[in-house]
Amino acid sequence: MTVVTNGLRQAGSFFGLVLDVAKALPKRPFQLKELIQQAWFVASVTIVPTALVSIPFGAVIALQLGTLTRQLGAQSFTGAASVLAVVREASPLVTALLVAGAGGSAICADLGSRKIREEIDAMEVLGISPIQRLVVPRVLATMLVAALLNGLVSVVGVAGGYVFNVLVQGGTPGAYVASFTALAQTADLVTAEIKALLFGMLAALVASYKGLTAGGGPKGVGDAVNQAVVITFMLLFVVNFVISAVYFQVVPQKI
Amino acid sequence: MGVEIAVSGLTKRFGSQLIWDDVTLTLPAGEISVLLGPSGTGKSVFLKTLVGLIRPDRGSIVIDGRDVVQLRGDDLYEVRKLFGVLFQDGALFGSMSLFDNVAFPLREHTRKSEKEVASIVREKMELVGLAGAEEKLPGEISGGMRKRAGLARALVLDPQILLIDEPDSGLDPVRTSYINQLFVDLNAQIDATFLIVTHDINTARTVPDNIGLLYHKHLAMFGPREMLLSSEEPVVRQFLNAQTVGPIGMSEEKDADELAAESGQELPPLPPIPLQLPTSDGRPRRAERTAGEWCRAHDVTPPPGSFASTTAGIVGVRPGADA
Repeated sequence: MTVVTNGLRQAGSFFGLVLDVAKALPKRPFQLKELIQQAWFVASVTIVPTALVSIPFGAVIALQLGTLTRQLGAQSFTGAASVLAVVREASPLVTALLVAGAGGSAICADLGSRKIREEIDAMEVLGISPIQRLVVPRVLATMLVAALLNGLVSVVGVAGGYVFNVLVQGGTPGAYVASFTALAQTADLVTAEIKALLFGMLAALVASYKGLTAGGGPKGVGDAVNQAVVITFMLLFVVNFVISAVYFQVVPQKI
Repeated sequence: MGVEIAVSGLTKRFGSQLIWDDVTLTLPAGEISVLLGPSGTGKSVFLKTLVGLIRPDRGSIVIDGRDVVQLRGDDLYEVRKLFGVLFQDGALFGSMSLFDNVAFPLREHTRKSEKEVASIVREKMELVGLAGAEEKLPGEISGGMRKRAGLARALVLDPQILLIDEPDSGLDPVRTSYINQLFVDLNAQIDATFLIVTHDINTARTVPDNIGLLYHKHLAMFGPREMLLSSEEPVVRQFLNAQTVGPIGMSEEKDADELAAESGQELPPLPPIPLQLPTSDGRPRRAERTAGEWCRAHDVTPPPGSFASTTAGIVGVRPGADA
């Protein structure tokens, strides 16, 4: 019973934090400096790993599809399918995993260590809302970086797929590029960007919540970071499924 | 001028664990009070409840006509501007230099120019003896310096109430004496209401005007310093004289067997009550009372040798200042 009520209480106070963030969003003065610093920070810890992950990711998709399309005799569609897979699903997810794993964990550790050093309490006592001062700029910064990273992953992933398909699998460069727009459409990219924004927001909110409620010394901060990453990952896949399902209902498909 | 804090019927639980029940006390305006208690009796929780960081289950905390327990959002932030709080480790912002830490409340809450901010910050840093350390980061300085920097930050907005959480934890006796002297001098200077949470007996015996003792999930006693120091109440007596004989045990309170085993033992006589720590320049504080005033008014004979010196047989408190 306590497990259930405890879970519900956690979920409740998480939504409480989300509402507080929404309420603090329009409040002035806006913390532009903190936003820029945080955006730079999140970008600096995510750009390189994201690029490094997206190259093999694009290659793996090309590998899977290349074999399949050859068996079906539809090699000319390898490029089309690869673009579709990378832009629609792979890039927002890769972005989300890295934003949550690298950016979210750093945010959670930062806020958590401030919490146990009583810095957060001190800020409250000095009459400054930590939500407005610390959480809002972090959420916005993570959303911004996630959206930008999504573009990076799309480009690097497709390029990785192209290189792998053409150089390793002996595909035709022209066919690969020409079929790009056979299946994919602009709406795919827009949806992917929306997904990335939402994933970034979720990652930052969960990380902030876990950081601000950390307790029990340095070990508590470690636990909080661990839980934040696990919870974010679980939420991401559910949200990803829901958005994809809605997308297929709302946007007419090419084929 | 300080403001009064009227606490009544305050109760706090964490889950099923009772922290303290029905705490009622009034911190008189402009006076120094000390809250004592064995480790783990929720002294820090009490302090955080006063500033609204922790919500009690029942009771009220009335400051300046407003009940902190009922306040939400911006009203709460407004009341908090009356407070200066010194947390255990100073709670400095790790990413900022000491100067920026101390300047932080000024930059956030006032429209002062950078020049005015700088002059106020330098004045407060000098007051706590940190002149010249402005550009250091909190990670580069000792615990005592962090505490003093935290104090400087708590002072910049001229608080009406100063809450201090364990000023002596992790400090050597000399530094503790210095910081206690600083509190007394500050009280004379800014007339704020002080609440010091501690379990250092020297501090409790010599610094405050009032003493409160939290024990076994309730407030055992709160009143003028001389009242508690001359009290025969077993808990108060045991704690203020740091003895093993009495109701407080190693883990919690003692059980019936342990108490029965002690029943024959004679308690050592109460040590003499020391003089209260004077300000360093001899200027009287507004809340200061003549030594022995309370005892005379209430027909209590203080223990022999009382009010002879500020040390009164206890080491570590300003030796040499007795003449």
